[in-house]
Amino acid sequence: MLQLRELQKTFFAGTPNEVRALRGVSLQIGEGSFVTVIGTNGSGKSTLLNAVAGSFYVDGGAIFVAGRDVTRWPEHRRAAMIGRVFQNPFSGTAPTMTVAENLALAARRGLGRGLRSLLPARLQNELRDRVATLNMQLETRMHNPIGTLSGGQRQALTLLMATWRRPELLLLDEHTAALDPKSADQIVRLTERIVSQHRLTTLMVTHSMQQAATLGDRIVMMNQGSVLADYAGTLRQHVRAEDLVRRFDEIRRDEQLDATAAEMLRENYV
Amino acid sequence: MTLLLSAWTIGLILSLLALGIYISYRVFKFADITADGSITFGAAVAASMLTHGRHPLAASGAAFLAGALAGMCTGILHTRFKINQLLSGILVMTALYSINLHVMGQSNLPLLSSTTLATYAQDLGRWISGHDSATLMGWPVSARDLGSLLLAAAIVLVIALILWLFFRTNLGSAMRASGDNEQMIRALGVSVENMIVIGLAIANGLVAFAGALLAQYQGFADVQMGIGMIVWGLASVIIGRALIGSDSVGAALTGTILGSVLFRLIIALALRWGLNPNDLKLVTAIFVFGALVLPTAMQKVKVRRHAAAS
Repeated sequence: MLQLRELQKTFFAGTPNEVRALRGVSLQIGEGSFVTVIGTNGSGKSTLLNAVAGSFYVDGGAIFVAGRDVTRWPEHRRAAMIGRVFQNPFSGTAPTMTVAENLALAARRGLGRGLRSLLPARLQNELRDRVATLNMQLETRMHNPIGTLSGGQRQALTLLMATWRRPELLLLDEHTAALDPKSADQIVRLTERIVSQHRLTTLMVTHSMQQAATLGDRIVMMNQGSVLADYAGTLRQHVRAEDLVRRFDEIRRDEQLDATAAEMLRENYV
Repeated sequence: MTLLLSAWTIGLILSLLALGIYISYRVFKFADITADGSITFGAAVAASMLTHGRHPLAASGAAFLAGALAGMCTGILHTRFKINQLLSGILVMTALYSINLHVMGQSNLPLLSSTTLATYAQDLGRWISGHDSATLMGWPVSARDLGSLLLAAAIVLVIALILWLFFRTNLGSAMRASGDNEQMIRALGVSVENMIVIGLAIANGLVAFAGALLAQYQGFADVQMGIGMIVWGLASVIIGRALIGSDSVGAALTGTILGSVLFRLIIALALRWGLNPNDLKLVTAIFVFGALVLPTAMQKVKVRRHAAAS
């Protein structure tokens, strides 16, 4: 479903601020698989997601979605196959437009936009019915500007919008990180429900070990722009949040030690 | 009374310019200075076609298309060649100055001997009042002035209605979303670049159409007539926002039209009370400056007062 081959990306190349964000990342994700991506800040996990979405072009490598090479496709063209929820709950919705208008825009993701009415009566009923399934009483606020809703409410609607037309691939970029714990919990449960209901191929970036350990069927751990570990199958079933945390502590300890210091310690104590 | 009537008429004609500026400035947050060139472009195209005996409707329609072309150029300079918004507009506006001179063949093109929409307006006024002069609320007015006002009002009404309907379509809504949240609408498969090009085309089409109507109303096209027009438009949009104070499309369109008429009336009164016409653009610029700065300044005062109170 999603195939990444040797992705390379360097930001600010040739300047003192040069960052090698992706250093040859390869990954293959099968149809209906729910993969969580974890990593420290600057590990390249969000960069990976943005590379797939097309926020920028990669310097090297290739990206295939549903068998099609989308490496040189602009972001809006990839959006026909990809649904997306951002970390910032304000990023996924148009604030001055109403709840109904936002949803109706999403209902035409990847389709042409002509001179037919955005909100025909039949669509309005469907919008209201599907919003009602969120159990957030938002169906009574269909004609309020979406900017008047809370972050959690907007994120729930963004999730609904991203999956309104079944995407080949769903990208979730730390989509609960900016929410209060109660809303975050609500969004996690909604995510589980929608993903399993439509059997969506999903790539979710998170920095919560707990979420990574409980959600999805595969965990990819990234560090310094490369894939450090890949827990799939039976290995994935036995991974607990503590195991992931321990693995991260190891990495952090290694990184705190300068390479030469590590060498010296090894000579003296091993 | 004639002064008042003409202020209303020009206010209505320029409200089409203001609607164009509404699209670029409010919908897309794009300060599109192309308007200064495209209003003259519209006037020039219409005037030159009219002096060649073309039908006024054909001439006005061609003016719209000419303006749309200019807007597309600005949009393409910005989106494809990544030139800064303001600079894209300045380049097209500057280029249009030469083009306008070529279109007109001279710097001022009188329309006094041509059949124009103003001729139709006069016929309309005569038909309503029965003769060359009419009385409006006890005041004598010419049939031409009355007809022009009615015709302008009808045209503005129709165009505002079309725009209102357009912004409720899939395409129009995608445009609004492009200005509201670029990231979101991109993720929903819309090319923001295309939306900007189409949006600026419509905006400048309206501006040029306003230019065509203005030329026919005042009876000439002049290569200098566009100077400072964007600030006029901005003033109308800002007054309209203050008058209505709502972000819904219908309210914003209504507000923009009312803003344009009100602004024109204020200017007419100020001129009547002895404002030197040479100071007009200066006063307009200061007004827009104030309108842009005041809301933030007021907010600061409010916050400070709130802080002092607690």
